[in-house]
Amino acid sequence: MSNLLTVSPSPHVGTTQSVNKLMYGVVLSLVPAFLVSVYFFGAGALIVTLISIASCVVFESAIQRFILKSEVRISDGSAIVTGLLLAFNLPSNIPWWMIVIGALFAIGVGKMTYGGLGNNPFNPALVGRVFLLISFPVQMTSWPLPMVSRLQYTDATTGATPLGVLKEAVRNGETVTEVMKQLPDHMQLFLGQMGGSLGEVSAAALLLGFLWLLYKKIITWHIPVFIVTTVFVFTGILWMIDPSKNASPAFHILTGGVLLGAIYMATDLVTSPMTIPGMILFAIGIGVITVVIRVFGAYPEGVSFAILIMNAFVPLINKYLKPSRFGKEVKYV
Amino acid sequence: MSILYTIVSLSLLGAVSALVLYFVAQKFKVFEDPRIDLVEAELPAANCGGCGYAGCRNLAETMVKAETLEGLYCPVGGNAVMARIAAVLGRDAVAREARIAVLRCNGTCEFRPRINQYDGVSSCAMVSALYGGETGCSYGCLGCGDCVAVCSFDALHMDPFTGLPVVDDMKCTACGSCVKTCPKNLFELRKRWKGEKKIYVACMNKDRGAIAGKNCKVACIGCSKCFKVCPHEAITINNYLAFIDSDKCKLCRKCVTECPTNSIIEFGFPIKKVISESSSLSTQLNQKEE
Amino acid sequence: MLKTFTRGGIHPPEEKLSAHTSIQSLPLPAIAIIPVAQHLGAPAKIEINKGDVVKTGQLIARGDGFVSANVHASVSGKVVKIEDVTDVSGYRKPAVIIEVSGDDWLESIIRNEYLDSEIKLTGEEILARITESGIVGLGGATFPSQVKMTIPRGKKVDCLVINGVECEPYLTADHRLMIEKGAEILVGIELLKRAMNVNVAHIGIENNKPDAIRLMHNLVMSHKGIEVHALKIKYPQGAEKQLIKAILNREVPSGGLPVDVGVVAFNVGTVFAIYEAIQKNKPLFERIVTVTGKSLRQPANYKVRIGTPVSLLIQCAGGLPDNTGKIICGGPMMGKTLINADVPIVKGSSGILIIPSGESNRKPVQPCVRCAKCVSVCPMGLEPYLLMPLSEQKIYDRLETEHVMDCMECGSCSYICPANRPLLDFIRLGKLQVGKIIRSRK
Repeated sequence: MSNLLTVSPSPHVGTTQSVNKLMYGVVLSLVPAFLVSVYFFGAGALIVTLISIASCVVFESAIQRFILKSEVRISDGSAIVTGLLLAFNLPSNIPWWMIVIGALFAIGVGKMTYGGLGNNPFNPALVGRVFLLISFPVQMTSWPLPMVSRLQYTDATTGATPLGVLKEAVRNGETVTEVMKQLPDHMQLFLGQMGGSLGEVSAAALLLGFLWLLYKKIITWHIPVFIVTTVFVFTGILWMIDPSKNASPAFHILTGGVLLGAIYMATDLVTSPMTIPGMILFAIGIGVITVVIRVFGAYPEGVSFAILIMNAFVPLINKYLKPSRFGKEVKYV
Repeated sequence: MSILYTIVSLSLLGAVSALVLYFVAQKFKVFEDPRIDLVEAELPAANCGGCGYAGCRNLAETMVKAETLEGLYCPVGGNAVMARIAAVLGRDAVAREARIAVLRCNGTCEFRPRINQYDGVSSCAMVSALYGGETGCSYGCLGCGDCVAVCSFDALHMDPFTGLPVVDDMKCTACGSCVKTCPKNLFELRKRWKGEKKIYVACMNKDRGAIAGKNCKVACIGCSKCFKVCPHEAITINNYLAFIDSDKCKLCRKCVTECPTNSIIEFGFPIKKVISESSSLSTQLNQKEE
Repeated sequence: MLKTFTRGGIHPPEEKLSAHTSIQSLPLPAIAIIPVAQHLGAPAKIEINKGDVVKTGQLIARGDGFVSANVHASVSGKVVKIEDVTDVSGYRKPAVIIEVSGDDWLESIIRNEYLDSEIKLTGEEILARITESGIVGLGGATFPSQVKMTIPRGKKVDCLVINGVECEPYLTADHRLMIEKGAEILVGIELLKRAMNVNVAHIGIENNKPDAIRLMHNLVMSHKGIEVHALKIKYPQGAEKQLIKAILNREVPSGGLPVDVGVVAFNVGTVFAIYEAIQKNKPLFERIVTVTGKSLRQPANYKVRIGTPVSLLIQCAGGLPDNTGKIICGGPMMGKTLINADVPIVKGSSGILIIPSGESNRKPVQPCVRCAKCVSVCPMGLEPYLLMPLSEQKIYDRLETEHVMDCMECGSCSYICPANRPLLDFIRLGKLQVGKIIRSRK
């Protein structure tokens, strides 16, 4: 049998890239953010991350094996990525059973009901996160403060995030400049010294991860750059109109989940558009909705909802923003 | 108190919607001949396309609209169903001889050795588009099971030892899906006899005899011995290949004994000729019967 | 800034193992198997009989109809059989089998290799000689050249594009031909300019052949109206639509031909064959074939007579390695795997590639993760991730509106897919069925 020649259709060579390498590349790019989260939030960060990853992997393999009765494919790493990103959207003092419920919803409803990897229209980690936010609003909006309770888990000391403080203050009629004095300065915000979910706090760590993703050609630069630019421009306009009621664009970008969402959640391969113009439209939509929710809505943070809303538009975007075909019109120079 | 408002307003909404729907349904009602439903109820609801129309309802519509049932036939339901439909519509019944699907290839792994290995999507259409197959006979079964996938009656299964699909006579309805799907045109709908008796040339190889025989031990080499011995003129030879017309064949089995390469299969008869101890298709099937 | 095409493209490793190995003449085989259908269009009609003694260069089959080509004997000897022979596809096709004795050429052929740059024939005479000599596109498409040179009424051609790109990894036949026969190729271009009544020709060469670029650049200085363009290394730069876009920035319209934008393109091998046909009265019966592969002992470029069994080429290149998994006729991106090495070399065989068994099998297929890499590499701007399920589910009308017929089967999508999905296989099947449907409408 080994003397028989192999016959197959062309091409006979292929890339060394694989789905597993893409997924594990994302995991590697999140390592800086993970290390920073452990540095700021201590034991809680570690516990939440591990429980989240473990639950996602267990649920995916159980569903594939017992319900779908198909091959168990957790080795492709996509469940690990979902688990990691779900953890990065949670506060570090969330009880373990909430994480498990969130993972079950993220994997079970957000991914497997649609047919598994590649078939889900919504980002599974965000589906889990938003489900938890709506089901357990109090727990999901109490954020541990950085550095203070690193050895504690569920009993960590909590406080409002900078965006939360801003929202409250504006509602109470204070001016933005006064509020800014109470909040960390821009360098602290950049490095991550603020309350927030595990992954969103450190802009520096996230940017490192972004560079790694670009180098490994896992994502393209368009979605993150256009989301951040849109947020910057939109908040910039509002800030120039009324600086007493609106914070500066830099503040908006460095706080909350804009960078985490832009670099990791919106760029999720399965749920983002297939062409560059589509990606740009998608990104601008996310930026606009985020700012609208932040400034005019009831929630202090809007990235998760913005991304999920734009995920719903992706099939429409793919249908109408098709790549430009070669030879569509006669180009005769 | 506020619950009363809710109940009243929703009930009103529901009642108004129901009324609107009722009137719209009446006004825009499409008249459909009620006989179509009656005929459709008689049909087997397999939607296999064996009649040549798009599903059972399409056939029912055509039958009701047509003046005669001539040319319209449901192979799955057979004569029984067609008789009942004729009664419903008050027309003359049509009856046809029952047919069964037969695979005209016996090129098992034993008889037809592999000369290369295929690596790619496991689909007969794909292999056939690429090249002549893993064996030296480019006319024979490719073994990827497109026919098995397309059969809506679970009547085809791949035999892992021979590498060929096997027709389950009990389930086959002669709908013709396998005939259309096979890229090598190996399936044929032949006349169905009592006891599932069959005699057919299990080969479609049109190469010269010497080449055909080199690539498969049970190939038809076009030697014409069967043609010479057939008392009913049921056999024709074209392109080095024999064909037994199942409507002319009287199952006398003279050709089976004559064939030097054993490429003519007999099925459903008591064993008359010992071919080889091992996996000849007819021996296997006869053994299964006992 | 090197010129390139703007849409899609991939960068497979070049592996030009034989780029610096000069062309050697392969010894004659004992038996030559010459199929009569080595070109696109109708197979040629055999004009000799079993038992005839033929000379090298003698016509053995005449082209049948306009889109067809003559076939000539590549060896001298006795015709022992005229029968169906298994070809690249594994199907049997008619061929003439000649038992080789000596190497007796037709007297009319000028056998010396001195450069003859004097153009003595008129345009029509050149076209007639090309038709007579059985010249077809040697880049792999094997389209009969005289058909390409006959411009349909209403269309005008203002320049020629000469394809010296050779973008397929491993292949180096065109590279060596340009280096060793560059002057002859330029004479061939002048012949084509006269035959087609154009004054301008552009030669495109990929930037991984700097010696060829330099040589051709120096040679064109003494020719008016011929330019050499170094092109960015990107697959499939050698596809004629992409080549015309890169050099001239003209896009051949969907469903159209280069003549629709005023261009006709020729491979350098074809141009050299035209030179030999006109200046040396030599019909097409031999070509340069690269024999290559990482496991092969001596990758080389051979001048091979049509009809030589592939086994002889492999033998001269050091023998078939024990761990061989695939023998490919052509390059790794678009070549066809052979079922055995007894298959003959035909006019379109640009290379023989040996792949070890460790690299011969496809990797397991994973679900599509919608990474859009296939969309970003498709040179025709199609969406392979969409065409594959449409083809699987046999939704042929939507396949047609998604322009599946524009696909040139370059393989970039299957190459780049991280989930190893057989995109091109299903697209090819879809094209087959949609093609049948389109033809049945006429």
